[in-house]
Amino acid sequence: MYLSFSDRRGGKADQSVRTTTPFKISPIIISLGLVSLFTDISSESVSAVLPLYITGALGLSLVAYGFLDGINQGISAFVRIGAGWTADRSDHHKLVAFLGYGLSAVSRVGLLVATGFGAITSIIAIDRIGKGIRTGPRDAMISDAAQPEHLARSFGVHRMLDTVGATIGPLLAFVVLLFIPNGYHAVFVASLACGLIGLAVLGIIVPARKQRAAVIAAAAGDAEGKSAANAPRARFRWTELNNPAMRKLLLVAAIFGLVTIGDGFIYLVLQSRASFATQWFPLLYVGTNVAYLLLAIPLGRVADRWGRMRLFVVGHGALLAAYLCAALPTAGATATLACLVLLGTFYAATDGVLAALAGQFSTPASRASGIAAAQTVVALSRLVASVGFGILWFTVGRQQAILLAAAALAAVLVCVVLLVRGIKPTKESA
Amino acid sequence: MTSRARWTWLVLITAVLLAMAIGYGAWSFVQYQKRQSAPASVAVTAGIFDPSTPHVVFRNTASGAGYGHVASVPLNNPQGPRTVTGAVCDRIYSAGGTNACLRTNAGIVTTFEAAIYTADWQQEREWPLPGIPSRTRVSPDGTLVASTAFVTGHAYAPASFSTATVIAKTAGGDFGNLEDFTLIVDGKPFAPVDRNLWGVTFAPDDNTFYATAASGADTWLVRGDLDKRTLTSILETAECPSLSPDGTRIAYKKNAVPGPSPHWNIAILDLASNTETVLAETRSVDDQIEWLDNQTLLYGMPRDGTVGDNDIWSTGVTAESAPQLFLEHAWSPAVVR
Repeated sequence: MYLSFSDRRGGKADQSVRTTTPFKISPIIISLGLVSLFTDISSESVSAVLPLYITGALGLSLVAYGFLDGINQGISAFVRIGAGWTADRSDHHKLVAFLGYGLSAVSRVGLLVATGFGAITSIIAIDRIGKGIRTGPRDAMISDAAQPEHLARSFGVHRMLDTVGATIGPLLAFVVLLFIPNGYHAVFVASLACGLIGLAVLGIIVPARKQRAAVIAAAAGDAEGKSAANAPRARFRWTELNNPAMRKLLLVAAIFGLVTIGDGFIYLVLQSRASFATQWFPLLYVGTNVAYLLLAIPLGRVADRWGRMRLFVVGHGALLAAYLCAALPTAGATATLACLVLLGTFYAATDGVLAALAGQFSTPASRASGIAAAQTVVALSRLVASVGFGILWFTVGRQQAILLAAAALAAVLVCVVLLVRGIKPTKESA
Repeated sequence: MTSRARWTWLVLITAVLLAMAIGYGAWSFVQYQKRQSAPASVAVTAGIFDPSTPHVVFRNTASGAGYGHVASVPLNNPQGPRTVTGAVCDRIYSAGGTNACLRTNAGIVTTFEAAIYTADWQQEREWPLPGIPSRTRVSPDGTLVASTAFVTGHAYAPASFSTATVIAKTAGGDFGNLEDFTLIVDGKPFAPVDRNLWGVTFAPDDNTFYATAASGADTWLVRGDLDKRTLTSILETAECPSLSPDGTRIAYKKNAVPGPSPHWNIAILDLASNTETVLAETRSVDDQIEWLDNQTLLYGMPRDGTVGDNDIWSTGVTAESAPQLFLEHAWSPAVVR
C-alpha cells in the first residue's frame, strides 16, 4: 500500500520522487470548467427564482418541496454511481457526461410550459438526474487531463469556474426580475441559453478521449510497436477500486460526512440570532461561494504540495471553526461573515480535493466509478447527518445542537488525525 | 473538424443563443413597460377608502397601473371601482384597524419583509422575513399578527425547504417561531425532525389560535395556546385553517391526493359536533380560506392561462354549494366588517 495521508506527491505508483514539473493547466480542464460555469448559471438561476415562481406567480404553496428535494438527492446519488460505472464500462466518458448535461439543459424547456406543481417537480427531478449522471464521468475526464502532481490544483481550477457560475446564476436571475417583475420566463429562457452554451462547449471543444484505450495503446506502444489498435479492451472491474487507499478514503469521507450538517442549518442558526444574517439571508450563500472560488486554486495547490489527505482533514477543521463561529453568542456582522469565509474555506479544501483523491486512488479504467463512489458516500452520509441534526435541532434547541455537532466533529477530527498518524511512518517508503 | 472550425461553430452557436436570450429579455421588458404604463384594466378610484364601510381588502392583480397594490372594494358592491392604495404586498390581512402586509423586495439582494400599516395605509413598522411570503392573519382586535414564510435553500443545502411561522405583537416583540412551541399530537408530545407549521387563524381571546402542523406527508389542524406555548392536534389532514366570524366552524383545505401532486378540497369542521363537510369545488384550492360572512367562503385561484394573475371565488358552506366568481384579478382577500 502506497497510501500516505501526508503524501506530497501525486501518489501514483510511478512517481517515487518529488517532482518539480511546472504547473500547466490542460485546456480540457478549462473547457470543462466553462461547461460547468454555464451549466451552473443555468441551474442556479432557476433554483434561485423557482420558489418565488411557484408561490408568487403560480400561486401554489411549497410544503411538499422539501420532502421531494430529499428524494431527489437520494435518486441523484444512485444515478451518479450508475453513470460512473456506465462511463467506465463503455469508455465513453464524454458521451455519458454529455447526456447528463443535455438532460438538465432540455429540462429548462419544460419550465416554459409547466404551470402545475407536479410538472415542475418532475422537471426538477430530471435536472437532478442529469446532474447525477454527469458528475462522475466529468471528474474522471478532469483527472485524466490533469498533471498527476497538480491534480488537486487542477480540480481547484475547475471548481473555481463552477462556483463562479453558481454565484452569477442567482444574481443574474434577480437582476432580470428587478427590471422585469414577473419576468420568470425571461429567466428560464436565459437559463436555457446558458445550458445549451455549456452543452455546446462540451460537445464541440472537449475532445472525446477513450481513456482506457489510450492507456492500452500507450502500454502496447511501449512494448511492441504499432499493434495497439488490435489490443483487447481492458475490462472494468470493481476490484480495481477495492484497494486499501480507496477503502480508507471512503471510510474517512463517510465519517466526516456523518458530522457535516448542511450549511442551510448554519445559515438558519445565524439568522435566528443576527438581524444582519436575517436581512441578508438570501445572499449568505454568495459570501460562502466567493470565499470558495477565491480559495479553490490556492488550496488545491496547497493540497498538491502539502498532502491532499492532510488538507482534506484540515478543511474539516475550518468546518469545525464555522460551527463554533455560528454558536458564538455575539450577533454581529463580523461573526456572520467569518462564518461564511470558514464555510467557503471548508468547501475549497475538501470538494475538489476529494475528487482528486478518489481519482488518484483509482485506475484510469475505473476512475469515473471511483470518483462517483466517493461523492455518493459523502452525499448519503451528509443526508444522514442532516436528518440527525434535524432531530437534535428540535430536541435540544439550535444553540445546543450546533455545539453538539461541533463536539462530534472535533471527536471525529481527533480520530482521523490519529488514524492518519498511525499510517504515516511506515508508508512513506512504499 | 479543425480546431479553428470548432471554435467558429462554438462562437456562432453562443452568439445565436445569447442573442435569442437577450432578445427575449428585451421583448419581455418592453411588454412589462407597456403593461405598467397602460391604464388599469379595471375601474379604479383615487383617494382613501373609508375604513368604517364594510369592505374587502385584497392584492390587485389587474394588469396596468396599480398591479400588485393593495386595493379595496365595498362589500355591497364588489364589482364596483377599486380604491387602490400605494402599498405593494404579496399577502395582505386586515382586522381591528391593523393592516398586515408581507412583501418581496426584488433586487440583486431579493429580501422579504412583513409590514404593519395603519387603518389609512400609512406604514407603521416593518421587520425582515426569512423567506418567501406565504400566509398572514391579524387577530380580531388587531393586536397580534401572524406571518408564514417559506425559508428557501439552495444547491448546497439539501432538503432545507421549511416554513417559518411567527406570531408578532403589533406593538412590538413576538412569540418566536411556532416550531419552538410544544407540539402535542393525539394527546402525546411529538417532536419530529421535519415538523413545519403554517397558516395561523386567531380566536378573539388573543390567546387561542389555530394552525397547521406537518411532519412528512401528515398534516394536522392544531389548536395553539400562546400562554402555555402549546399546539394540540384536533384533526388530521387539514391545512390553512380559518375560523368563522361566529367562531363555531373552521374552514381549511384538505388534501385528497397524497404525494407530490396534492389536490386540495375545501372542508369545514363544525367545532361543537366535530363533523367535517367537504365542499363541491372540484378544482384544487391552494389558499387560506377567508369568511365573507358566516355562510360564505372566499378563496383565491390562479387565473387560467395567465402567470401572475388570480381571481377570488366564493362558495356557500353546504356540501353541494357551487363556486362563483367573486372578484376578478384579485388575490389574498381580507373581509373587514
